Amino acid sequence: MKMIQKRGKFEYAKFMLTWLLLITFLSMETLADEPMTRLRPVVPDHHLSFPHDYGAHQDFRIEWWYITGWLESGDNKPLGFQVTFFRYATDQNHDNPSHFAAKYLIIAHLALSDPSAGKLMHQEKTLREGFGLAYAKQGNTDVKLDDWYLVREDNGRYQVDMRADEFGLQLSLAPTQAVLLQGDEGFSRKGPKPEQASYYYSEPHLRVTGTVFRNNKPVAVNGSAWLDHEWSTAYLDSDADGWDWVGANLDDGSALMAFQIRGKNGGKVWAYAALRDPSGEVRFFNPDQVEFTPLRTWKSPHTEAVYPVAMHIRTDDIEWRLTPMLDDQELDSRQSTGAVYWEGAVTLTKNQQPAGRGYLELTGYVRPLAL
Amino acid sequence: MTSASLSRWLLVGEWRAHVAQVLVALIAIAIGVAMAYSIHLINTAAFNEFSAASKHLSGQADMQVRGRKAYFDESLYPWLANQKDVAVANPMLELDVAVVGKQSIRSDQKLKILGIDMFRAAQISPDLLGLPAQGKTLDRLASDTIFLSPAAMEWLQVQQDDELQVYAGLHTLTLRVAGGLVRARAGQRLAVMDIGAMQWRFEQLGLLSRIELKLQPGVNHHAFKARLAEELGSSYWVTEAADQELRVENMSRAYRINLNMLALVALFTGAFLVFSAQALSVIRRRQQFALLRVLGVTRVQLLRQMITEGIFLGALGSLLGLSLGYLIAVMAIQFLDGNLGSSFFPGVKPGIFFDPIAAMLFFGIGLCVTLIGSIVPAMEAARTRPALALRAGSEHAVIEKLASPWPALICLGGALLFTQLPPILELPVFGYLAIMLLLIGGIALMPRFTAGFFSFLTARLHRYQIGAVSALVLARLTNAPSQAAMALGGILASFSLMVAMAIMVMSFRVSIDHWLGQVLPADLYVRVATTGDQGGFQVTQQQDIAGLAGIERVDLFRTQQLILDASRPEITLFARPIDGNDPRNTLPLTDDVIASGSLPEGVMPMWVSEAMVDLYGYRVGERVQFPVGASFHEFVVVGIWRDYGRQFGAVQIQLADYQRLSGDLSINTAAIWLRHGMTVDTAIEDMRRLDFGSALEISRSSDMRALSLKIFDRSFAVTYVLETVAVIIGLLGVGASFSAQTLARAKEFGMLRHVGMTRRQILAMLAAEGGLLTALGTTLGFVLGWSISLILIFIVNPQSFHWTMQLYVPWSWLLAVALLMLISAALTALMAGRQAVSGQVIRAVKEDW
Repeated sequence: MKMIQKRGKFEYAKFMLTWLLLITFLSMETLADEPMTRLRPVVPDHHLSFPHDYGAHQDFRIEWWYITGWLESGDNKPLGFQVTFFRYATDQNHDNPSHFAAKYLIIAHLALSDPSAGKLMHQEKTLREGFGLAYAKQGNTDVKLDDWYLVREDNGRYQVDMRADEFGLQLSLAPTQAVLLQGDEGFSRKGPKPEQASYYYSEPHLRVTGTVFRNNKPVAVNGSAWLDHEWSTAYLDSDADGWDWVGANLDDGSALMAFQIRGKNGGKVWAYAALRDPSGEVRFFNPDQVEFTPLRTWKSPHTEAVYPVAMHIRTDDIEWRLTPMLDDQELDSRQSTGAVYWEGAVTLTKNQQPAGRGYLELTGYVRPLAL
Repeated sequence: MTSASLSRWLLVGEWRAHVAQVLVALIAIAIGVAMAYSIHLINTAAFNEFSAASKHLSGQADMQVRGRKAYFDESLYPWLANQKDVAVANPMLELDVAVVGKQSIRSDQKLKILGIDMFRAAQISPDLLGLPAQGKTLDRLASDTIFLSPAAMEWLQVQQDDELQVYAGLHTLTLRVAGGLVRARAGQRLAVMDIGAMQWRFEQLGLLSRIELKLQPGVNHHAFKARLAEELGSSYWVTEAADQELRVENMSRAYRINLNMLALVALFTGAFLVFSAQALSVIRRRQQFALLRVLGVTRVQLLRQMITEGIFLGALGSLLGLSLGYLIAVMAIQFLDGNLGSSFFPGVKPGIFFDPIAAMLFFGIGLCVTLIGSIVPAMEAARTRPALALRAGSEHAVIEKLASPWPALICLGGALLFTQLPPILELPVFGYLAIMLLLIGGIALMPRFTAGFFSFLTARLHRYQIGAVSALVLARLTNAPSQAAMALGGILASFSLMVAMAIMVMSFRVSIDHWLGQVLPADLYVRVATTGDQGGFQVTQQQDIAGLAGIERVDLFRTQQLILDASRPEITLFARPIDGNDPRNTLPLTDDVIASGSLPEGVMPMWVSEAMVDLYGYRVGERVQFPVGASFHEFVVVGIWRDYGRQFGAVQIQLADYQRLSGDLSINTAAIWLRHGMTVDTAIEDMRRLDFGSALEISRSSDMRALSLKIFDRSFAVTYVLETVAVIIGLLGVGASFSAQTLARAKEFGMLRHVGMTRRQILAMLAAEGGLLTALGTTLGFVLGWSISLILIFIVNPQSFHWTMQLYVPWSWLLAVALLMLISAALTALMAGRQAVSGQVIRAVKEDW
């Protein structure tokens, strides 16, 4: 399918398989050349242990904490938000004693979808870990980048504070359900080869309270969010081109996560879905049972990329329809990290019945400009 | 006939009749303007480029924090980054690194490498980011990569993916050229690495050179700067962009202004030529003007006519000069560099830009100089009573008026007074004014002096049989001193300036040579290419060197750059063993010294360079607080030494004091004395065999001396050129005024032929006149030049560059030039005379009556 190509340079996008973004942003070749002796592979039959696994895993190449959700302010206008912190091991400078040695990078993305603004507002930052200015700590979720941070308190509540020049947010996210281990007890495959995998857990139905800043004006908000924490070393199948992913908090208390990895030939390289009902029963779907079908496309005026912003998803016998909160939820950061993707708030129907709200992510859709 | 066409007719007629003189005057003005303008253009371009390049390095930073020493601890970085008013703190490590295969002693042969944190730099100075190959973004963070500006790649003859070897202390470091920079100024030699990689590879762990700050919007810069400066204390400097510009400006100001002054002096010489050309033209045209007056032209009209002529001459000459100057500047930048032989602006390639204001300024100066030169003769021409002027033989009444001695004496007195005044804004303004007054006064006194001298000579020689020709020569020189003086004006001005410059440069050169002998007493000097603030030799290596066979004595030096004043360039701190009993054995001291016996116990002595006295007010006997190691310590200034190497200041302290205060045992240089019987070559071979031998930079003191003098000569190459130009203008002037005078004296020669003198005798008379005049002119020029050289040596140099020197006169050279001038003046007079006596005897006499 698609590949982000900019001035002849291949660049992918991000999300649950975000290493893809970073790997290409931070060089594919270097990785291919180097033996991965210092970094650990993701292996099956590994049991996640908490709270340790809430924290950072420095032995793996890439790791992220990803939170999306729907918020409502006093006037009942919905807002979508996305917060992501990445930790990336450059695999360089491992024997450099300098405090500036760029061993690990911390990257953060912040995006706010506001139907009244008609487009996505976003901001990002990158720093090398060090000097207490940027870090991802082990033992519990504790990530910081200058004055942006995400911390998990001992009671399981997350605190997020991220403020940019024109907007920002300060949220408190309290868990209402148990952690959801994706794949096989947290071992989540991404492709046909067993090493193409990550460790992956989600926390659906986080209850959100806090403040959103718009033009430096604070607005009290509350809502519901979804958290993913994923870490891995291996990367995608060389045939992979991008992915479509959805995570949704359903109104009845269920939680749905589904993704497909698209190949360069347009076909499906891998797919997966998990649906947990309110009682905690999880139903897993294998690649053959998951099918993504575009319903409507939107052409970005910024990048000319064509995104299937309305999507039909079938998980075995269940039909899902995804409708975007607004079309322009493209995150274009070609000026900085170079990543371009669509990351948007969507509403879902389940077998034609309104079912809930979630976030859809579409990566790898930017085509080279035709000259 | 309208007055305009009359004016045109007069001008064109006069110029057509005396093309040669007009051309000489024109060339004199043009060359003067061209020199001044080209020097201005080159200097401005070099300076602007250098400061733009420095600014380019700091991007859009609001402020900079630097240490008092060149490098400071990195712990300041997180502290600054966490200040709530700070939007971005951008840490930087800057090193000038020696490159394998390039001469590493000279600073302009080093490669400037900036260590940046790309994520911070992207927000303040995105131009500095490296441009890696496709898909190799991680090269920006790698520890073996370097990014080079196009100019640096060209200079080093490398391309992307090539290897580059540089020195890091005693080791060689191989880096991969990973690409170019996002944007570099044309000609700017610059390299960029990751800051972490650089700290590690160049052994600068924990050190930064500066931190650039971008403040949050709305923060009051002034208040923030004041608060930060107070919180950081005296070990750090907080500067804004304007402060840094001032620093760059201070670095080269004295050099630039002195060069400009020199160029103006060339122009000033041109003014005398204009004066003599115009004055002679007035004399020649006396009857013409008188006739015009009789025919009804008013005084004012005549004055206007003369001034118009001057304006035409000045405008034409200045325009010619501007184009010539522009051309010279462009060529100089193209084929040399912006340094004019000095090294104030390393690593930049300036471009010449046409600046209309400067062009107008120099045009104006050229015009003014011409007008000044033509206004006195014009006034005279207008003042003359036509009835008188119509009669022949009253020519030299024209300029007799100038001979009043008072203005000249006032000028000389003023010159004397000005030599006593202090500099203005650290510039020897009064020194230059004194030189100008001396020149004007000297030249104005010329007629009186000529008359006195030759009447004295006539009186003395009267008793002897001296022959008709000699008698005539003496009579002429005695009785028409003003005309004689006019011819001399040019010689005097140019020769005296040349003498002054020659004496100054010679004194400087001899002083430096002498000084080099004093500061380089050892046989060999061993250094490692320094990187950053660390001395290259650690204790074990020092012992290795000292342990070599055949070495009698090793002196170790530690040098460091310090900022004592944020608006001034760094000073140099030398720590070395200094002979406590007689520091004169180690240092080239001036006489201002405290005897070592009279020092109280336990005080630490410090010897300061002359610049420290002028710039920082250090006095002998004074107790000063000086930063060594981490904090300030009290030293007593016990002596002042001459330093021709560092015009921004340097201090020397005992190495033992330094090591005790700072705990730093590393050193930069080892001075080595060999035992008798040990050859320098064997010693060098032995040192090369040490395991760090290949990184050593070993120089024989003789080579260093030769190199220093070569650099000296290179820096003064421009002044040699200017001198030569001044002499050529002077000689042109001699030629022009002689031919004008001889032509004007055609009647006289006709008369002489009629009373029986042969052509040969007339020619001999002219040659003798020319020779005698030039002899007098050069003698006076020497006296004047010698006085000017005293001003240059004892006022201009100490005030501009803060160094003093001893006076040396290059006798043989000056004699040779004087002889050359004598011969060429006599020859010129002869040639002009041949034309005047070429057979039109009858007509010449007829013309008059």
